Amino acid sequence: MTQPLSRDRSETVFEDYKGEYTPDQALVEANRCLYCADAPCVKACPTHIEIPQFIRKIATGNLKGSARTIFDANILGMSCARVCPVEVLCVGDCVYNEQGVPPIQIGKLQRFATDHAFEAGWRFFEAGPDSGKHVALIGAGPASLAAAHELRRHGHRCTIYEKRSAIGGLNTTGVAPYKMKADRSVEEVDWVLGIGGIEVKTGVTIGESVTFEQLEKDHDAVFIGFGLGPDTSLDVPGAKLPGVVGAVDWIEQMKLGKVPTDGVRSCVIVGGGNTALDCVREALGLGIPQVTMVYRGVEEKMSGYSHEWKAAQTKGARVEWQALPVAYEGDGKVQRVRCQRLDTNKKPIPGAEVSLDADLVLVAIGQSKLGTLLSQLSGITIDGGRVATDEHGATGRKGWYAGGDCRNGGKEVVNAVAEGKAAARAIHAFVTGASNA
Amino acid sequence: MPDLSIDCAGIKSPNPFWLASAPPANSGGQVQRAFDAGWGGAVWKTLGTPIQNVSSRFGGHTIGGVRGAGFNNIELITDRPLEVNFREIYETKKKYPKHAVVVSLMVETREEWKDFIKRSIDTGADGLELNFGCPHGMCERGMGSAVGQEPRVNQEITSWAVEYSTIPVLVKLTPNVAEIVPHGLAAKRGGAHGVSLINTIKSIIGVDVDRFVLEPRVSGLSTNGGYCGAAVKPIALHMVAQLARSKDFGLPISGIGGVSNWRDAVEFILLGSTSVQVCTEVMLRGYRVVEDMLEGLEEYMRRHNFDTVAQMVGKAVPSYSEWGDLDLNYETVAKIDPQKCIGCQLCVTACQDGAHQCIHPQGSDMAVKLGLKAPNGGSHARVPVIDESECVGCNLCKIVCPVPDCISMVEVDNGFAPSTWNEHVTLDKKLRPKKGAH
Repeated sequence: MTQPLSRDRSETVFEDYKGEYTPDQALVEANRCLYCADAPCVKACPTHIEIPQFIRKIATGNLKGSARTIFDANILGMSCARVCPVEVLCVGDCVYNEQGVPPIQIGKLQRFATDHAFEAGWRFFEAGPDSGKHVALIGAGPASLAAAHELRRHGHRCTIYEKRSAIGGLNTTGVAPYKMKADRSVEEVDWVLGIGGIEVKTGVTIGESVTFEQLEKDHDAVFIGFGLGPDTSLDVPGAKLPGVVGAVDWIEQMKLGKVPTDGVRSCVIVGGGNTALDCVREALGLGIPQVTMVYRGVEEKMSGYSHEWKAAQTKGARVEWQALPVAYEGDGKVQRVRCQRLDTNKKPIPGAEVSLDADLVLVAIGQSKLGTLLSQLSGITIDGGRVATDEHGATGRKGWYAGGDCRNGGKEVVNAVAEGKAAARAIHAFVTGASNA
Repeated sequence: MPDLSIDCAGIKSPNPFWLASAPPANSGGQVQRAFDAGWGGAVWKTLGTPIQNVSSRFGGHTIGGVRGAGFNNIELITDRPLEVNFREIYETKKKYPKHAVVVSLMVETREEWKDFIKRSIDTGADGLELNFGCPHGMCERGMGSAVGQEPRVNQEITSWAVEYSTIPVLVKLTPNVAEIVPHGLAAKRGGAHGVSLINTIKSIIGVDVDRFVLEPRVSGLSTNGGYCGAAVKPIALHMVAQLARSKDFGLPISGIGGVSNWRDAVEFILLGSTSVQVCTEVMLRGYRVVEDMLEGLEEYMRRHNFDTVAQMVGKAVPSYSEWGDLDLNYETVAKIDPQKCIGCQLCVTACQDGAHQCIHPQGSDMAVKLGLKAPNGGSHARVPVIDESECVGCNLCKIVCPVPDCISMVEVDNGFAPSTWNEHVTLDKKLRPKKGAH
């Protein structure tokens, strides 16, 4: 079992943004599904859940079969139902969009089926007969959990090494709480681990408390699923002032404990990606009156999803497009952010500056890549900080595989699940001698 | 402005929409509210010796989330005192002199028929409907469909009714027979002025799979009931048309069976009905559904330049032919409008699994092998392609397509002169080569 979470967490003030279906609502929506052949929604899902099948099973009252269909493709189907950007994945590709008809709310239907499975205590998968093989997985996030579960279905013993005390990776520490709170992720971790035979060692940093050599010696294969590193920061004056914090750090603190918001009147969020957009909605949700996002590009160019930005705007978010912080200013703590105006090519416009009040600055300009940790291991190639692999997740070092953010540079939970599962299948082939990869 | 009024076997009403003899026409209060809502007539809930009903009585057939797509009941005739019924019929007719009020009757002996008919006429009712159709409960007592299934009995009781009646007599026919025409002819020989059909179809609406009991459940048991509602319309249309095209028949028809909207009603009229009767749709959604029926019928008549309903009656009957007289050389193939296609590919699956394997995804192995190119102007790569040399024009793709008018069946000029099977057999006319039969 995972460690219990604190009850007193900042994130608990948030309500579900999308809400859950009642059985009646789910039935109506499920009956709208066209049951497409070779369905575009399935193709859009990185884990290729058979969406028309699971929806049809909701419509016929076969909820258990529905949940089985989902989990068979994606063991983290419960959290993915909540955290997936369905607008740009399955729902975005629903053929109803072509007809000008509202697309099927696949995420909400998936949530309906998977929540029901959790409540009913259904379990669908058993560990395979013991293979005698033992696989190490580094990092206890979605990629490793999906990989370990798949490996257990094949009978391979698994040990997950996690440097934090919390298990679940960003699903536990990073997901916007109006999508999913940490306790739900922890519940899911326990459910996944319920297959048995997966040991999780927390507080262990591979390369420090356990050497790579030892790890390799003790296991038949290794899966690297340690995600991304700490927030990157802007190297500008005042970057060390109290009140200037990394976004991912701040979100983790909000989800696992408390973030101070008393007396915070204005918050500036630096960045234009999805973490920045999460921060905007989270800061507003925690009651900070004035929340301003500062992004150096134009709206059309930001990497954050437009549907997320729309949602942030409805909550009262402000924005400064084409502005770059050049200094954090304040007396003993941050009070202002001074920004340089940029043109559409992100070049400074001479003399054009803007100063924004800020008691809190959340820097959401990306996370560092951890690939360099592995550079001492011959055969493993690091490409732009990412662990390079073939399509199945195999690195250039025999028996070493990778998946999730450390491999893809930072994508969705569902991508991590898909990569973890694919790597697990490759590992299975490797440890059973079916492949030499 | 089109005239919606009708005269069905001498029974006149301001429009062809009548409540069928059933729960919606159970009492004066109900029928009068229905007339206020726009209904042109009502056939009163069948009178006879009042019975005692069971609970539950109704069962619904849910299809794809649509509740009551089919419906059945194990209710019997009126359970209200006869004098109350007759008094309310009298009051209703008095209050609504231009509306059609028809009394439905089901009794056993000649004396009872005589007595009930006299009392019915005394109410001022416009006509009688002899219930020879009810397929449950009453038939076990020698009435209802027990009469309707025996042409000789049907004819005899009809002749009694006609003898005692001074107002038009309709005979309500049961569909629980192999061929409807002999039963219509029996009613005609008995002197009926018209027929109404269909009554409900013998059915078991469903099974409670956890209790192992039929539905609707009466304690631990149930029984077969009468099936009706939208799902039975095709069966009813067939029986109505069978009578309408019978050269020996020729009586007016009041069409019943799954009429849910104006379009259904038009179909019944085009196949020979003068009035249409509605029960289930009213039970599910109330008297107010008639508003759409009236507007829809009127607009339809305007569109087709019909001045009267009578001009419409039976208009589609001549198209009802024998299979052997259909042109085997008439050829159609499916065409997909690439602008309308949303790429669901339901047509691909339907054609591959349920038809003749001639619709393929763009770029699939078969499409490439056959050299089937993406359609011009296709909105996206999921618009399927059709191998017209294999397409038999079966229509399945068009049926499953969720987009109106996206798939059409287009006539192909294959150079063959028309030839029916009968002409081929008797005159040796040439048939085009078969498609999709290798």
